[in-house]
Amino acid sequence: MAFDILEPGLSTTVQDQGRIGYYRFGIPQGGSMDQYSATLANRLVGNTAREAVLECTYIGPKLISTTDAIIAVTGAPVDVFVNGELVPEYERLELLAGNELKFGVIKGGTKYFIAVHGGIDVPEVLGSRSTYPIGAIGGVDGRALAAGDLVPVGAAIDNGLPALQFIEIEDRPAFSKDVTVRVMLGLYDHLLSHTGLDSLLNSEWVLTPVADRMGLRYSGPGVEWKDREQPFGAGQDPSNIVDAGYAVGSIQIPGGTQPIILHRDAVSGGGYAMVATVISADMDLVARCSPGTKTHFVAVTMEQALAARAANTVRAARIWS
Amino acid sequence: MSHQIISPLPGIFYRKPGPGKEPYVNEGDTVSAGQTIGLVEIMKQFSEVRAEFDGVLEKFEIEDFGVVNPGDVIAITS
Repeated sequence: MAFDILEPGLSTTVQDQGRIGYYRFGIPQGGSMDQYSATLANRLVGNTAREAVLECTYIGPKLISTTDAIIAVTGAPVDVFVNGELVPEYERLELLAGNELKFGVIKGGTKYFIAVHGGIDVPEVLGSRSTYPIGAIGGVDGRALAAGDLVPVGAAIDNGLPALQFIEIEDRPAFSKDVTVRVMLGLYDHLLSHTGLDSLLNSEWVLTPVADRMGLRYSGPGVEWKDREQPFGAGQDPSNIVDAGYAVGSIQIPGGTQPIILHRDAVSGGGYAMVATVISADMDLVARCSPGTKTHFVAVTMEQALAARAANTVRAARIWS
Repeated sequence: MSHQIISPLPGIFYRKPGPGKEPYVNEGDTVSAGQTIGLVEIMKQFSEVRAEFDGVLEKFEIEDFGVVNPGDVIAITS
């Protein structure tokens, strides 16, 4: 059983919950950029949350299922077509052998997800099927899908299909062009001047088109750094530090002009000051933002960050009950 | 019959294949179905924007180096 890829789309990759435990060796966690949307799709088709899905970016694939298949599409709003007929998103669908799946123009957000009962069955690499194109590992030959690929689908999962056939509106993620992203300050916020910190937290930042699985760049008023003599081993720009590990979701501001949020495929270390880190509960939100999204950063405490994570877990658990 | 050429992508729209090159097509030129009229750059990838029908390119709605969003009309042909 397989998906025959007629057109690959802009950058369609196999993703799962990520490749955890290798970041210290420079291998990022990867995985679906919008984990919540991906898990909704997996739930609808009767998978566990661990099965791999297809992550589509802006332009999805055109594909033919070689056998009957049970699928669902979730994430960014988009028209879904089976054999040219419009079918609903966020709902369990049946593809018959030979049916063609394709998509219209994306209507918001950046990524939508195709789950199939049995999961996308490419080999695991370091415990994950996620595609990491920079490292050429995971997914289909370590790269985004190409026309002519036959993407293997796993065997049926022996727990049947859930009663849940579609996702209620209130359980679907929002795709807003105006968002507030919660961050924890640090590790290097002390290098910002008071004015610089005020700019970071009280200005409007607009997501530029320079945004992908590695990072997202924002335009805005820039920030100001404290005057200091750069230590040995740091570059001459005040945004430089002696190289350090980067936390997932950390925000760096090369040159002090355009903040970059490092996302799931980001490099694990380098020489830019991380002034703040997006809390784990808001990483999906960041991934859903399309270019032009107005973004405000608000600082929270560790306790608030953990409470937000717990709230997300409870929300995700609702669809599994 | 006029047709809209729609961008399926967000990004930056370019009318030329590269710096110093001639534009793919100018307003008033004849275009044929499948002909490239420009590029949209997103995520370090350049995707060709093509005319869907034979006709005359009447007007660009997005200027060279302009920002586009999915669904935006890039040009009108008749």
